[in-house]
Formats: sequence, structure tokens, C-alpha cells
Amino acid sequence: MTEEVVDNEIKESENENENIVVSYKDVKKAFGDTVVLNDLSLNVAQGEKVALIGPSGSGKTTIIRMLMTLEQPTEGTIEVDGEMLWHKEVNGELLPADEKHMRKVRGKIGMVFQQYNLFPHMTIMRNCTTAPVNVLGISKDEAKTRAQEMLDKVGLGDKVDNYPSQLSGGQQQRVAIARSLVMQPKVMLFDEVTAALDPELVGEVLEVLKDIAAEGDTTMMLITHEMEFARDVADRVLFLDNGKIAEHGPPSEVIENPQTERLQAFLGRFNNS
Amino acid sequence: MSWDWEFAFEVFPDIVGAIGVTIGATVVAYLISLVLGLVFTLLRRSSFKPLSLLMAGVIEFIRTTPPLVQLFFVYYAFPMSPFTTGAVVLGVHYATYVSEVYRSGIEAVPTSQWEASKALNFSKAQTWQKVILPQAIPPVIPMLGNYLIVLFKETPLLAGIFVTEMLQVARIIGADTYRFLEPIAIVGFLFLVLSYPSALFIRYLEKRSGKLHGSAEKGVKT
Ligand SMILES: Nc1ncnc2c1ncn2[C@@H]1O[C@H](COP(=O)(O)OP(=O)(O)OP(=O)(O)O)[C@@H](O)[C@H]1O
Ligand SMILES: [Mg+2]
Repeated sequence: MTEEVVDNEIKESENENENIVVSYKDVKKAFGDTVVLNDLSLNVAQGEKVALIGPSGSGKTTIIRMLMTLEQPTEGTIEVDGEMLWHKEVNGELLPADEKHMRKVRGKIGMVFQQYNLFPHMTIMRNCTTAPVNVLGISKDEAKTRAQEMLDKVGLGDKVDNYPSQLSGGQQQRVAIARSLVMQPKVMLFDEVTAALDPELVGEVLEVLKDIAAEGDTTMMLITHEMEFARDVADRVLFLDNGKIAEHGPPSEVIENPQTERLQAFLGRFNNS
Repeated sequence: MSWDWEFAFEVFPDIVGAIGVTIGATVVAYLISLVLGLVFTLLRRSSFKPLSLLMAGVIEFIRTTPPLVQLFFVYYAFPMSPFTTGAVVLGVHYATYVSEVYRSGIEAVPTSQWEASKALNFSKAQTWQKVILPQAIPPVIPMLGNYLIVLFKETPLLAGIFVTEMLQVARIIGADTYRFLEPIAIVGFLFLVLSYPSALFIRYLEKRSGKLHGSAEKGVKT
């Protein structure tokens, strides 16, 4: 246990020189009496691709939901670009941030959900342009141009006039990715974005994610059960277990050469597939 | 008392003449209820607890007192014309029912839509306007339409405060001629003639609302 904590700190100081975009500092999260994350400290560098793996209930989703401001940390702080997300410092005191502040910081984060969460009452084009027009304040024409570009990128440029219900799950998820990309977030979060898909549709979505990752500049945090994909895409893999980062490092270490028994057992489950 | 066709035909135009007041009161009251109902719903959902509790109390109070009592009270307490009083009181009363309809529509929108809105950094107001209400309202349009018919049938209450809608005109004719049967029957008939097509129309809306977005007709805009 102590070893791991020290290990975490070493990693932090290593990162100090790089450009850190996301920083969790001693974050604790409890739902009622149930503590689901304990003393989480984690830095993510600009452009870094971090894969989060771990058994069900280990706290992976909670970690990224706190960054998307969908879940409030019980203790500790989260910084984005050196600015606190949930707090504001007033005269040296930490106060809960107001909605205006949170909105400003939140704008740097985007998220793609397991169930796509497209807006069913809007066409694909409007799904992708409503936020840029209303939130970023860009013109309708520019939003359309950007959206078309992103939809082309995910291979759905010809579906702009369709409604989400007219698309397959894989297509809907690709739209959700495009919708998030149009907002040009600095950090993109992906919560098991292929988990709800039929097996034959998983590939098309992973391909899109690989393309985005290959472009390099977007910081990505991905929760995934696709180990091969994690190995291909991630710069760093975090193995979550019982609300703690139990192992972390490049995929060549964590996935190819797991140290703890827990991780070995966890990975063992994927070997047959 | 026997039915007198001649008399019926004679008073028919007078009663039909009041149809405008009945419809006018219905429309004004209904518009008030649609707008105010939404305001009630949103205030009840306010994260500022005292406000939402106050709103819940106000709604409960209005809903549990009879509209006729409210009509009399407002009529004698405020210097407004009978028509204005009637439309406002019925509008406010029905706003509490309509608010309940909106609430059910809003609660049927999955939490994930709120979360997606947050992930796109919409403001609260934008989330309501662009994402939640356009999904919450179309499914409840038939229920809202139902209240239009109920409200319409409630307008004879306004006779109580001397609004010259159809029932009031019938009563005046009755008082003058000592014949009530024909005028009252005509009022009932006119209500039937107006309500029935509306009910059919609402049934049609009900059928349509089953197939929004992405099915055969995708022109359903909100
Ligand atoms: N809103 C909530 N209320 C209560 N408990 C919650 C809530 N959300 C999550 N939890 C609990 O927190 C723990 C961590 O959940 P989380 O969703 O972060 O796990 P996960 O690693 O993403 O799991 P999975 O792989 O199944 O998605 C779980 O035990 C879960 O039951
Ligand atoms: Mg999860």
C-alpha cells in the first residue's frame, strides 16, 4: 500500500515538466457511507491518452464523471489547466465554485457516453451544431461546416438529415463522438463507448477513436474493456481496483507484464477473447 | 313543461351569439394556464428550497379549493371585469393541473439527456429550452388538449359572476320568459357540438404523438 502511494508521487514529479491539463489532488468520493474512491491523485498531460481499466465497481466511471462535473468529489480538488473545477479560492479559502465558474472550466472537457445520449428530437446535423452555436457562439454556417467535417471524419457525412433513431448503435455512437469533437474540447472522456454495441459494430467505433488518438493533440481518458485497443491507443494504463489506482504505467508494462495478482486475474479474463 | 320548437328557434340565435364569449374565455384561460403552468413547474423544480416549497404550497392551495369559490372571491375582492376575472381565475386554477402534466413530461426525459447537455456545456436555460422541453412537451400534448376540453366545459361557472357566456344568456332568457328547458338544452347542444370534434382531434394527436422523430413523418417540429 505505502509503496503504491510513493509510486504515485514519483509519477507526479515526473510529469511536472510536461504540460499538465488534468490534475486530481487527494480526491475522495463517497456515496453516502460508501467510499468508492480514496485519495486519488492523478495528473494527465496535454495530449496524453490514458486508459482506465479495472473490474466493475472499481470507480472508473466515477473518476471521469467528476471531471465532467456530473458527480461532485467529497474531498480534494480537481484542476483543469491549472484552474480548480469544483472550487474557487477566495482570500486563501477554498469555496465551492459557482455555476459560472464551473461552466467556464467545464468547457474544456467533453464526454462520450456508453448509451450515446444523442438528442432524439434533433437531426444528426442539429445534434452537432446546437451546442457550438449556443454555447460557443459561433455562426450557424461555421457550426455546420465544422459539424460536416467531423461527421465526414467519422464516416457519417451523408446522414446529416437523419434522426438518431434511424441510425444503428455504432453510427449513433460515432455521431456522439463527432458532436463532442465539434466543441473542440481539450480533454475528451470516453466511458465504455463500445459496451452497448453489438459485437460487429464495435470495430467501426474503435477505428474512429484510434484516428482521433492518432491526431495527437486531444487529451483522452478512456474507460475500456477492450484490452487490445487500450494497448494500441494508450500512452498510459491505469488499473483501478477498489477505488484506488492499483497499477499504472505504459501498456507494455501494465497489460503485457502485470505485477499484482489482482491485475493478472483481471487480465486473465480477457485472454480467451 | 313541454318542448316548444318555435321558442327554441327563436332564442337559438341569442344563445349562439354568446358563443364568442365562451370561446374567448376558454382561449384566454387556456393560454394563461399553459404559460403559468410551465412557470409553476419550473419554480417547483428550483434548487432554491424555500421557493420550491412555497410554490408547492401555492399549487396545492389553488388545486384544493373549488374554482367557483375562487371566482366569487376574486370577483368581490378585485375591481376587474367579470370576463377578466373569469379568464384569470380559471386560467390560474387550470395552471395547477397543467403544471402536473408538464411535470410528468419532464420527468419522462431520461437523466442521460441532462448529462449530455452538461457535457456540451449548455447553460441551465439552454438545456431546458433546447433539450428538455422539446422532448417533454410533445408526448403530453394530448393530455394538455384534454384539459382544454375540460376547461371549456367549465366555463358555465362564469355565469356565477355574470359573464354573459352561453349559460348566462340562457338563464336571462329563462328569467324573462319563464321557459328554461329550451335555452338550457340549446346550451348543452352547443357544448356537445364544440366538444366532440375537439375530442376527436385530440385522439388524433394522441395517435400521432406515438410516432415522433424519425418515423414516417419527421416534420414534427417543436
Ligand atoms: N449515484 C450513485 N449512488 C450510489 N452509489 C454509486 C453511484 N454511482 C456509483 N456508485 C457506486 O460506486 C462504485 C463505483 O462505481 P463506478 O460506476 O465508478 O464503477 P466502474 O468502475 O465504472 O464500474 P463498471 O465497470 O461496472 O462501469 C460502485 O460500487 C457503484 O455501485
Ligand atoms: Mg463504469
